[in-house]
Amino acid sequence: MSARLVAGKVLGSLATLLFVVCFNFFLFRVVETDPVANLFRGHQLSKAQRDELTRQFGLDKSTGGQFVAYLEQTATFNLGRSYTNNQPVASEIREKAGATIALVGISAVLSAVLGTLLGIAAAWRRRTKTDYSITGFTMGTYSMPDFWLGMLLLTLFAVVLGWFPVGGIVDPASDATGFAKLLDQAQHMFLPALTLTVAYLGEYAIVMRSSLLDTMREDYLVLARAKGLRDVLVRNRHAVPNALLPVVSLLAINFGLVLAGAIAVEAIFSWPGLGLATYEALKGPDLPMLQGLFLVFSASVILFNLIADLLYAYLDPRVRTA
Amino acid sequence: MVGLAILVAAVAMALAAPLLADDAGLRAINTTENPAWASPSEFGPLGTDSLGRDVMTQFIWGARISLLVGLAATLLAILIGSIVGIAAGFFGGRFGGLLMRLTEWFLVIPFLPLAVVLAAILGPSVENIILVIGITSWPFPARLIRAQVLTLKERDYVDRSRALGASNWHLMTRHILPNVAPLILATTTLTVPIAILSEATLSFLGLGDPTNISWGRMLDDAFETGAITLEAWWYFVPPGLGVMLVALAFTLCGTALEEILDPRLRDTHG
Repeated sequence: MSARLVAGKVLGSLATLLFVVCFNFFLFRVVETDPVANLFRGHQLSKAQRDELTRQFGLDKSTGGQFVAYLEQTATFNLGRSYTNNQPVASEIREKAGATIALVGISAVLSAVLGTLLGIAAAWRRRTKTDYSITGFTMGTYSMPDFWLGMLLLTLFAVVLGWFPVGGIVDPASDATGFAKLLDQAQHMFLPALTLTVAYLGEYAIVMRSSLLDTMREDYLVLARAKGLRDVLVRNRHAVPNALLPVVSLLAINFGLVLAGAIAVEAIFSWPGLGLATYEALKGPDLPMLQGLFLVFSASVILFNLIADLLYAYLDPRVRTA
Repeated sequence: MVGLAILVAAVAMALAAPLLADDAGLRAINTTENPAWASPSEFGPLGTDSLGRDVMTQFIWGARISLLVGLAATLLAILIGSIVGIAAGFFGGRFGGLLMRLTEWFLVIPFLPLAVVLAAILGPSVENIILVIGITSWPFPARLIRAQVLTLKERDYVDRSRALGASNWHLMTRHILPNVAPLILATTTLTVPIAILSEATLSFLGLGDPTNISWGRMLDDAFETGAITLEAWWYFVPPGLGVMLVALAFTLCGTALEEILDPRLRDTHG
């Protein structure tokens, strides 16, 4: 894979990121016409105070000047301050990112693995009851709203049966540390992770199934069978690895997407991550927070799309000249 | 087919809503003597919510908005997507390349945050939700349509038409469009579930229209008023189930349509 190809894709991603940064600025300018009035509503401000505040926020500059200031600030990771608690947005995001990455990461991997296995099983036994039941199940889960599934699981397993805690990431009453704390966190993570995994494995199953069915009809597999190779070997050594290509792309892309899409699920389970932060920021609306979160989500999607692209080019030589 | 049957039932229910349920039951202030949080065994087919409102009424009326938004947003997305897709595929070159860049940029911006931001900016109303979902969903069909148009463009009859002096407009409307129409139809049917699910999610996050009841809003209300801790499953199971069945129905129909259009797919779909 040539350096030129890689450089090209990286540059493309950076361009998209820049586009998003600019887009972010103008988007919020449309909403927020007078941040000073907004921030200090309910207070009586004298004209002198208002002017001073306007100057402090840099709002006395022209739009062009503000834009330049915005770019400078973003480059130094200064994302403004939250309306709700006046903390720097960047540090709020940094604190909460860990919880989301853990939850989303585990769910993404699990849903990919389980979904792919289901897809393989369904394709290999197509038109049998196994196939139909798997396909039915995956189509069903794919059609449900992910947060609704969360509500169902939460009610059944946490409220009615009491097997799992109802929300949050740790038990607020305990001060356990080390392994005990990890266990506590895992207990809290079980239901939201289950929700996300089930909600998203459908896509992998369906894609893998189609891809495998396509691959199975290719000539080199007929040859493998003719050589007398056992069915299982034909499947595992030849068909599946080649059919995996779209799934790999999907996994990488979904990583970035699920990060952003877990907003509703985090809200249901009060999982203290970026999704919950977004949910709460919407209530304000806490615009600097929303702006910062939007930037972070977009950046992560761009990054993972780039990884998916490069990975696909690495795995499939046919794509490299495109 | 199962999908079609569900769909017909759902649409019929949505349209017949005024006949089936008295909409006075929807008013936020409880003017009836209904007990709050009554389970289905105590009251009505589906019980009541925190304010004593009949859940069944909400469910029937909610269907309207959920379906309306789903369909309208899809139409918007398909419209934009088709125009961009056909133009990009047909004209090719730098113009087409530019359009595709634009499409890719929109694809990259993650849907939910963008939708959330747009909805927060534009304000909560049915029209805005339709707009938001339409604007964030068009890149997907655009890419598919463009791919199809690219292959169609190379067909002989297009060349011959051009040799006879046909204008671009004529080529696009008389030759390309009719052949790309089946794909557009299938894509539309498959985009509707996405739109419906998006509406449910956006309404759940509080960005929907507060004056109109929809299934997503029922879920939001249920969550906010503590239906989970009260184990009031009758409040949140029906709307979610509704969304799921309608989305499933459209997906089934869409898959069936795809199979009809491209018999080769019959093998992959099983």
